[in-house]
Amino acid sequence: MLLKHEPSTEQVKTEKLYQQMGLSDEEFTLVENILGRTPNYTETGLFSVMWSEHCSYKNSKPVLKKFPITGEKVLQGPGEGAGIVDIGDEQAVVFKIESHNHPSAIEPYQGAATGVGGIIRDIFSMGARPIALLNSLRFGELDESARVRYLFKEVVAGIAGYGNCIGIPTVGGEIQFDASYDGNPLVNAMCVGLIDHKDIKKGLAQGVGNTVMYVGAKTGRDGIHGATFASEELTDQSDENRPAVQVGDPFMEKLLLEACLELIQSDALVGIQDMGAAGLTSSSAEMASKAGMGIEMNLDLVPQRETGMTAYEMMLSESQERMLIVVTKGREQEIKDLFTKYDLEAVAIGTVTDDKKLRLLHHGEVVADVPVDALAEDAPVYHKPSKVPAYYEEFQAMEQEIPQVSDLQETLLQLLSQPTIASKEWVYNQYDYMVRTNTVVSPGSDAAVVRIRGTRKALAMTTDCNSRYVYLDPEVGGKIAVAEAARNIVCSGAEPLAITDNLNFGNPEKPEVFWQIEKSADGISEACRVLATPVIGGNVSLYNETNGTAIYPTPVIGMVGLVTDLDHITTQNFKSNGDLIYLVGETKDEFGGSELQKLVHGKVFGKAPELNINVEKANQDQVLAAIRAGVVQSAHDLSEGGLAVAVAESLFTNEQLGAEINISGNLVSALFSETQSRFLLTVKKEQQTEFESLVDAKLIGEVNETATLTVKADNNTVLEASVNQLKDAWKGAIPCLLKSRD
Amino acid sequence: MKFAVIVFPGSNCDVDMYHAIKDELGEQVEYVWHDTDSLDEFDGILLPGGFSYGDYLRTGAIARFSKVMQAVVKAAEAGKPILGVCNGFQILLEVGLLPGAMRRNESLSFICKPVELKVVNNQSMFSSAYKEGETITIPVAHGEGNYYCDEEMLAALKENNQIVFTYQDNPNGSLEDIAGIINEKGNVLGMMPHPERAVDELLGGADGLKLFQSIVRSWREANVVKA
Repeated sequence: MLLKHEPSTEQVKTEKLYQQMGLSDEEFTLVENILGRTPNYTETGLFSVMWSEHCSYKNSKPVLKKFPITGEKVLQGPGEGAGIVDIGDEQAVVFKIESHNHPSAIEPYQGAATGVGGIIRDIFSMGARPIALLNSLRFGELDESARVRYLFKEVVAGIAGYGNCIGIPTVGGEIQFDASYDGNPLVNAMCVGLIDHKDIKKGLAQGVGNTVMYVGAKTGRDGIHGATFASEELTDQSDENRPAVQVGDPFMEKLLLEACLELIQSDALVGIQDMGAAGLTSSSAEMASKAGMGIEMNLDLVPQRETGMTAYEMMLSESQERMLIVVTKGREQEIKDLFTKYDLEAVAIGTVTDDKKLRLLHHGEVVADVPVDALAEDAPVYHKPSKVPAYYEEFQAMEQEIPQVSDLQETLLQLLSQPTIASKEWVYNQYDYMVRTNTVVSPGSDAAVVRIRGTRKALAMTTDCNSRYVYLDPEVGGKIAVAEAARNIVCSGAEPLAITDNLNFGNPEKPEVFWQIEKSADGISEACRVLATPVIGGNVSLYNETNGTAIYPTPVIGMVGLVTDLDHITTQNFKSNGDLIYLVGETKDEFGGSELQKLVHGKVFGKAPELNINVEKANQDQVLAAIRAGVVQSAHDLSEGGLAVAVAESLFTNEQLGAEINISGNLVSALFSETQSRFLLTVKKEQQTEFESLVDAKLIGEVNETATLTVKADNNTVLEASVNQLKDAWKGAIPCLLKSRD
Repeated sequence: MKFAVIVFPGSNCDVDMYHAIKDELGEQVEYVWHDTDSLDEFDGILLPGGFSYGDYLRTGAIARFSKVMQAVVKAAEAGKPILGVCNGFQILLEVGLLPGAMRRNESLSFICKPVELKVVNNQSMFSSAYKEGETITIPVAHGEGNYYCDEEMLAALKENNQIVFTYQDNPNGSLEDIAGIINEKGNVLGMMPHPERAVDELLGGADGLKLFQSIVRSWREANVVKA
């Protein structure tokens, strides 16, 4: 699409060039009706990116409406760069998650790196100081293809390369491996920022005559039509879209970050917005539309990295590390001076108008003149047909089945070495998780905890989604994703505040896929209502298919919680000899979508674990109350691999410690079932009475100094393994899978 | 005692260093932008970690040409304590205040984790508060910390007792497990591990604090004599 000579307006229509840009015949006709004429090539480009799913949410809007988005503490809900939640003392937390799936499938290092760069800009464009990064990653099975291992290594390196250089700690995340992600990995990046209420900025182009300035890196031809590319399925030909993948420069972004945070303090600043997806087009059109204004820009003034760029190329470029700002007329020089300190350009390229039009001039001619609302607001909304998939009905008809296990110890060792459960140290040791020296709880825990310097407060944060459950039952799976995130937050000693979601699905034009989207949104909404964690922003990534096969539905939940006193911070590892081990929550025979089912059968089927969200809420409240009362030594949620894996993981920090637990009923269920709403807690003996008065929990064992995990049923030892052996299996699995084959 | 934390474009451990001095050590400290030409008002100079100038070309290779580096060299000549951590160490190597060079980690990957160090020399102005041979835990976070120098230089480093810290379990392939060295005169220390990240038990340990306390103690002793 990088043509030397741009097609004429007539060619756009007669040769249907708009189709290559992603507009349908009907959409093109709609544009013609809005304008009252045929759009030229540049204008067609503007509409095609702004009306892409990535920018307009045209296919997902009806679903997104279901989410609860308000709450007492919500200062900014969806619609701006990121959502904002009050945390008291005139401070607020700002956070958002965003996907960079398709770029990462094609060019994993740069795809992942620029995903991180983009989400960081969303945070500091609100005026907030980014304080932490998280991610949620999905890949195919590590042992199956060299391509998957390459994608995994390069994505991790890309995240590390960007985050480490810019100096924002990558404190947490989650990774799952499953064949459904073979050709279409998921790379979701989340950034958390901190702001004082008075500094909150919005992307508004207010005040007729005010100056529109371009700051940051120059515009090149990279990433043209990235948003459109993100809104299509991947095919074997997708490699040809490599030019649609941007290249990141974290050093440039570090300068831009510091300059923008200084700029936020200036009263000359009127509005600021990141040039993310659809670059100059979306930032200008959205800022004008939100303010009820127009913008006129002279593209000759746009700083350019390459010569001979057309208006089309400049407007659709997704070159990184750029911001569009609006400043009070007459104060341009002080803004320039501020940016000069950081060796950055700040160039006046346009003005705010009152005609609600986006008007672009290039070489003395008007090359585009379209209503901003048409671009930003008037994309068609589609109510896609939805249909219950046959597989779902088949799974629902199945009875819960307990997988056959002959050797409990061997099974535990195998579960601990499944890449999804195994230690992710190989990954997070490549991330600088400590820079800015506020990381109290490091990666590898249920939730990461970052203190707020100068206060007794801290923020807990996590990303979660078990997509196997969502696949088996989108509604229950969606609920579980939120519940598990909240469980992780509670285990760290924090109160869940709100969520950001990243809805990763297949092609919504397939009714079965659209049904998955609808149902999981229902589940997420219900859980958010009961757990009082509204959705304050997020991202939708559809068309995650390779050659016609969809990924598992993966609505990733990013959640942030507030630790009200540093003393409440709790970790998962067992602390001392003699501590009592408690299990909160009932255990049922639930193996649909479990690690054990996958291990035994090589596939997942049947019903997902049930989730009673009211029971979940009650359990979480009790656990948090006990933590705040100071009677909990360690807390860990039960998730993949069930009780046995949770107990083993709690033993991996202090190598002298061991544990003896007693189980009853079906041993396989007691050890490996993935029933929800359960917690593993330890308590000092002298606090037993107080603990039991606060929490309805079952005493199942005791921490000892044997460096061995012993499981007894009816006084018979049914499982006994040295902690070292368990830890080796857990720790060595991923490095081993990567080393032995390439 | 008054410290300067030098800030280059791309420095990112400047805040950590600043707070370690101000909040945990309890001494005076100021950020100093890279275009400053005098450090006369400061008693100690801290070059923090990060990615100065994006580490483009080679780590520390561009930062060494900053205006402030002439002042750093002057301060070193005047005998003031100069500490370069991580990228700061790399800059000190590039500017020639310390001998040797950095290569990429043997694993070719960035590595971030707490590591154990051995205090090989506790006679320096940066390590006098430690015991000789003491094992301390300090985090590393770098992609290029694989220290190298030629045999002659290595012999000289040993001869002059310039190796201050070594790794107990070498994380990056560094020659002779070297983690931190001083210049011949003993007033310039470069180290890859981050002592400023180990000053608060809440964050996992405070073994780095003694390094800063050593600097202050040595400075106080010198200044008491002067007074």
